[in-house]
Amino acid sequence: MIEGHKIDETNFNPPLGVGGILLDERQKQVSVAGANERTIDCNKASVAGSVSQRACVFCGSRVVLYPISDALHLIHGPIGCAAYTWDIRGSLSSGPELHRLSFSTDLQERDVIFGGEKKLYQAALELINAHKPKAAFIYSTCIVGVIGDDVERACRMLEDETGIPVIAVEAPGFQGSKKDGYKVACESIFKLVGRVNNPIPAKSINILGDFNLAGELWILLEYYKKMGVHVNATITGDGRVEAISNAHNAALNVVQCSGSMNYLAKLMKDEYNIPSMRVSYFGIEDMSDALYDVARFFKDDDMMNKAREMVKEEISRMMPALAWYKERLTGKKAAIYVGGAFKAISLVKALRLIGVQTVIVGSQTGTPEDYELIKKLCDEGTIIVDDSNPVELSHFVKEKQADIFIGGVKERPIAHKIGLGFCDHNHERKEPLAGYEGMINFAKEIYATAMSPVWKFTKTTDPLTP
Amino acid sequence: MTTNILDKGNLVPLQGLGVDKGNFNSPLGVGGRLGGYVSTRNSCKLCAPLGASLVFKGIEGCVPLIHGSQGCATYIRRYMISHYKEPVDIASSNFSEESTIYGGSRNFITGINNIIKQYKPKVIGIASTCLSETIGEDIPGHIHNYKEENANTGAKLPTFIHASTPSYCGSHAEGFHNTVLATIKTLAEYENVRNEITILPGMVSPADIRYMKELLEDFGIKYTLFPDYSETLDNEYTAEYQLIPTGGTTVHDIQRIGNSKATIEFGASFNKSFTRLKDKSSVQTAGEWLESKYYIRNYQMPLPIGIEASDKFMEALKTISGKELPEHHRKERGRLVDAYIDAHKYVFGKKALLYGEEDFVTAMADWCKEIGVEPFYIKGADFETLKEKANEFQPDFLLGNSKGYYIARERKIPLVRVGFPIHDRFGANRMLHLGYRGTQELFDRVVNALIEYKQENSPIGYKYL
Repeated sequence: MIEGHKIDETNFNPPLGVGGILLDERQKQVSVAGANERTIDCNKASVAGSVSQRACVFCGSRVVLYPISDALHLIHGPIGCAAYTWDIRGSLSSGPELHRLSFSTDLQERDVIFGGEKKLYQAALELINAHKPKAAFIYSTCIVGVIGDDVERACRMLEDETGIPVIAVEAPGFQGSKKDGYKVACESIFKLVGRVNNPIPAKSINILGDFNLAGELWILLEYYKKMGVHVNATITGDGRVEAISNAHNAALNVVQCSGSMNYLAKLMKDEYNIPSMRVSYFGIEDMSDALYDVARFFKDDDMMNKAREMVKEEISRMMPALAWYKERLTGKKAAIYVGGAFKAISLVKALRLIGVQTVIVGSQTGTPEDYELIKKLCDEGTIIVDDSNPVELSHFVKEKQADIFIGGVKERPIAHKIGLGFCDHNHERKEPLAGYEGMINFAKEIYATAMSPVWKFTKTTDPLTP
Repeated sequence: MTTNILDKGNLVPLQGLGVDKGNFNSPLGVGGRLGGYVSTRNSCKLCAPLGASLVFKGIEGCVPLIHGSQGCATYIRRYMISHYKEPVDIASSNFSEESTIYGGSRNFITGINNIIKQYKPKVIGIASTCLSETIGEDIPGHIHNYKEENANTGAKLPTFIHASTPSYCGSHAEGFHNTVLATIKTLAEYENVRNEITILPGMVSPADIRYMKELLEDFGIKYTLFPDYSETLDNEYTAEYQLIPTGGTTVHDIQRIGNSKATIEFGASFNKSFTRLKDKSSVQTAGEWLESKYYIRNYQMPLPIGIEASDKFMEALKTISGKELPEHHRKERGRLVDAYIDAHKYVFGKKALLYGEEDFVTAMADWCKEIGVEPFYIKGADFETLKEKANEFQPDFLLGNSKGYYIARERKIPLVRVGFPIHDRFGANRMLHLGYRGTQELFDRVVNALIEYKQENSPIGYKYL
């Protein structure tokens, strides 16, 4: 419960409502847990002029496909889209690093007038010959369709010429939001699935929706290995074309980051009848459930026992540390604004473990079900917001007197400018936050930002100012 | 390969590197692009709307609006935030499929309305994108209609500025210069000549802008510096979130630019690569336009990096003000010469690989030559080409933005970070490059990078130089 700063129906509207900081079109995209029964109106396009924190369709497809490290990623369009996504995610690879290069057809005005298809063909061919990738993804950006390039045709020709899968990723930025780009990426990945049939053990899973940021995937692989679960394809963290092409042979799809990967799971369910489950690897509870659920799926007692043992061992190892953090962090308040809502849910739970209360939860791409879950999970008075922007976020954190902001690179300066600690839970992080050791890192980071002595200069007024 | 050394004669085509007029600019790579590739591999350049957004951030009370898909604004925000470590709000008109087919006027109007509602800006700076340009959006027409429709509402509308910045023309540097030109064309007026000057420093750091202002004040020169993002993109801790950060050149001051008695603009190439097919010859810089329109004397010169380039700039200031170089600036020059002497042998004969905006690189290259460092640069090259050519150059260090780090890492040589973007270090907005003071900072950093490299690679640790 929040003392002294409770927002409910009576005082919710004035600061946020008409004439306040919320745009009329966005009124229904904000809710308050408990007091306000409003259902979040999400899944809609961002309002023009609102400075959304979201990116575009291209971005959605690019970030999901990006970690496939032995594929060529060629961006067909003017230079910006390729330049801004060069080495954009901290997705690590245990082998090839072709994904860390940024390739573009760099369309010029004459290409726009006369068409860029020939240039695309030549560019892709020379790059495939030079880098010998296992597959190529050709991303169409905004103007490609408008100038009439037939990318599908170019891809077919390239596939005939080179013998590798060449997949058209139709991702013009204007065709929806980042979330629509996820779907495009899933369709593109699905075009690879089923191309090879390599024998794998019966108790095999695919990991969907972990991008191996700071090596998080490798932590998970270790856990599953200890349980005796074979991991077939990792999609897309540390991803490889061949394993993805063989993904249809796994018994189960374990899906994290459901916003981006549920659609692929659905496609694989429809075509290959592979069941899927939704998990999260953040925080002790969700991490442990992810392991138990897999053991339960295989109805394997030995696997379950191993999982229990491992969880017990990990928790007993980390509990003293977490207790230490909890003692010091209790009473702190956090605001969360991240890409996917399912991640936000895990964060709320993880923060609770260390005594931190969540007062704002938001995401760029949450679904109605996600938001309902969040509403139930959070304390009364928690602000819940879809597709927010700097104006709103800065207002909300002030309103709720948050101490810590958890978000991505675009939220950091908002937090810092108003004297709030910040924890990066996004693509560029260098410390793993998933799994058990990730929980400790997370606690460490929250502690470091909440307890830094620098905040004393932000809380008091400058003595030299008259 | 002596032809690698940069001078005016070979800056454009590097003979002997397999690049000549015949294959240099051919877009489809008849003979291949630089490095023999049709594709761009790890681009050195960014797109034009980024440059436009930066200029708009340098206008007081301005919110930039990128007319196109949402990703453009978000990517550019993210890119600038990672460099400046400051909030960078840029609105987007969020094109949908519908707006792409039927035109973006409705999104434009909604966008403007929402910006006004949320930000209450004095200025809205509108940059076009590849998408809006390709579908033929008439942004001046949209602005005209918007003003007309709102003429009778009694509401005071913000000032609108529009820059044409399709991403398939030039780079972010051309986008920057084009937007400076577009803004001045839109706003500058002439009443009567005043004893003031206009300074257009180009794409420099907030610290550079602050230094320029201090210097001009020390000379006692009245000036308008544009664009001034020294505060908007490097603000103090504010406690409250400023929807529009304080600072920036005011509209009033930009209007008065027409009254200036002189313009100083830094650069060598400006927006000259921004060649639209139809009117290649008509590309003007802002200084050239002011000269042709209002007969304002234009002092065009390279960015003042190094003693010679800074001397040239100070000479211009002396001429304009009729005053001598203020004493403490004279002493800065003296200390710089002293430092050059003390450290000359640590840099002499070293080879530097340069990259970045052309105006910046040519100035850096001249400075390198001034201290006995051999500069290497390939115009229009991407990073992969530079990386491959570095095998021939065998540079001792890299001098450029943080994106070349992977080349330095692979070659195990130092990277001295300068310019934009610097995404992997702190303090990019406090980094000074210009004048005697900026050169001193650069010189110290280059010298120390080379000394540190030698020390780190020495079989014995030593305590004295």
